[in-house]
Amino acid sequence: MNQKLIIDIAKSLLLARWRQTLVAAVGVTFSIMMFIALLGFMTGLNDLLDGLILNRTAHVRIFKEVKPNPFQPADNQNEIGYNFVNSIKPSGNGLSLDNTAAILSALKNDSRVLGVSPKVTAQVFYNVGNVDVTGVINGIDVEAESKLFHFKDYVLDGNYLDLKNVPNSIILGKAAAEKMLANIGDVVQVTTPKGDRQMLKVVGFFQSGLQELDKVQSYCSLSTTQKLLGKPVNYITDMSVKLLDLTLAPKVAKEYSALFDTDTEDIQTANSQFETGSSVRSIISYAVGITLLIVAGFGIYNILNMMIYEKMDTIAILKATGFSGRDVKLIFTTIATSIGLFGGMFGLLFGFLLSSVIDQIPFNTAALPTIKTYPINYNIKYYVIGIIFSLITTYLAGLFPAQKASKIDPVDIIRGK
Amino acid sequence: MSEKLIETKMINKSFHDPITIPILKDISFSIDKGEFVSIIGKSGCGKSTLLYILSTMDTDYEGELYINNQLITGLKERELARIRNEKIGFVFQFHYLLNEFNVLKNVMLPGIKLGKYSLKEIKDRATEKLIILGIEDQALKMPNQLSGGQKQRVAIARALINDPQIIMGDEPTGNLDIKNTEIVFDIFQELTTKFNQTLLIVTHDIEFANRTNRIIEMEDGRILTK
Repeated sequence: MNQKLIIDIAKSLLLARWRQTLVAAVGVTFSIMMFIALLGFMTGLNDLLDGLILNRTAHVRIFKEVKPNPFQPADNQNEIGYNFVNSIKPSGNGLSLDNTAAILSALKNDSRVLGVSPKVTAQVFYNVGNVDVTGVINGIDVEAESKLFHFKDYVLDGNYLDLKNVPNSIILGKAAAEKMLANIGDVVQVTTPKGDRQMLKVVGFFQSGLQELDKVQSYCSLSTTQKLLGKPVNYITDMSVKLLDLTLAPKVAKEYSALFDTDTEDIQTANSQFETGSSVRSIISYAVGITLLIVAGFGIYNILNMMIYEKMDTIAILKATGFSGRDVKLIFTTIATSIGLFGGMFGLLFGFLLSSVIDQIPFNTAALPTIKTYPINYNIKYYVIGIIFSLITTYLAGLFPAQKASKIDPVDIIRGK
Repeated sequence: MSEKLIETKMINKSFHDPITIPILKDISFSIDKGEFVSIIGKSGCGKSTLLYILSTMDTDYEGELYINNQLITGLKERELARIRNEKIGFVFQFHYLLNEFNVLKNVMLPGIKLGKYSLKEIKDRATEKLIILGIEDQALKMPNQLSGGQKQRVAIARALINDPQIIMGDEPTGNLDIKNTEIVFDIFQELTTKFNQTLLIVTHDIEFANRTNRIIEMEDGRILTK
């Protein structure tokens, strides 16, 4: 009964001054709207920038570095002490990983692994007339690369699956294709360092957004590349592993390095700068959003303070007729939080609408052929934070004036007349 | 001998700002149930101060106050609010109606706060009080649409809503013309004779006071006659 009465009185006081109430609520609405739109936009951009790196980078890369054997024959002769050997050269079968079939099946059985994409890298020359242009062909498992590393998002023209379906096909880097004046359906000739020539049919163009990379990089299927190099089907130079949990990467990388006796690199080591950037960007967006809410909080504080001066008589008479200081305080905190609640809810709505508008603004970037408009993150988390924060700020803004109102001495007011 | 409703024992009060000035000195008196008492005295003699102490709103005093033989002095703010709500009805010089609510709601508010009856019963009771005061036709108007005399009658209806043991008035007729003063006095008279309502009215108006059962005259913070 008491609660209902207090809400009823709060409502009447609010509606009696609906213009003032509206101004206060609009302040909250505006801040929450900006908070939602800003955070959605900032984190959308953040995710996009993170995606630039995360989408395309293996969580753990397994490869073989060209390096001298740490164990030299001299060590067999003289096991105790130090052997000084000059002019050591790298040895072994170059870049190929050993025992690739066993590694692949071991990775597939690892529950932490989302998927593996094997890769063969080949240095080539593109033959354009009588000029040779250096290039790199990545032999990929088209489906795995698409599923794990969004390969298809970066293929501009043509169907990425043709790479697998059309024998001896190639997807050229956009800039390389322009240099060669190659169109889809044309045949380009490449030469391997060992002198073997191969004719490859162009089935698409690839754009990574990095001009330098697009000048040299092209993609072929795994088998085409192996054939080009004259290597057997177990010739794999790289394995890109995607994990279920990104944070495990350093540990897993270390483990695989020991297990498969090869070199590994984890994403954190490869891209240490990206985490710093993304956390700083989130801090900035939260700081701006919270500043907006605090400003709105001061607005509410002012309006409630004014309302209390105006409503001195009401407060005095409520107290004289049996309302306690606590009741009066409740009335005013109810006023404040209901401004926060309604203002906040409209703020969420308008924030969502503003986000949707931003989402429609065209945004074309060479780096991301699939992105056509500004990215927005519609995570429900920001909406929950927004409404909770609006309730807390308005409650706190109302608390001090309410405390003041609860301490008003009715005798002073009534006798002052 | 009739029952004592309000009793004070050696109440003293001083204002301390800027220098200590005693306002009330050794006030000891009692009011019985059903009495129609008026307090008169010159401005500044402390009669209003005394009323606000009796009303439990002013707690800054020395001495003891009893209502229904219950010691009120030293009770917590919330308990005092409850006592005011349940046992005391107020009528002030200025009507103090809440402009945000209509007349009926103004009368009902202290009743809803008490929470003794259902909302519907409170509404019926409020209408009943408005009928006693002859303003039931104004029930759905807003206070600012009423005349001064009507407003004061609404304030009396509000004071009556919880069937208080005592109605206290601080110059309830001070702002009214002769005709409305007469009406208000008649209402008080009717309440005391018909409903045996206890009334304690502070007034300037000697004529008004002369028609009450008992006059308490104050001068310089002391009670002169009983």
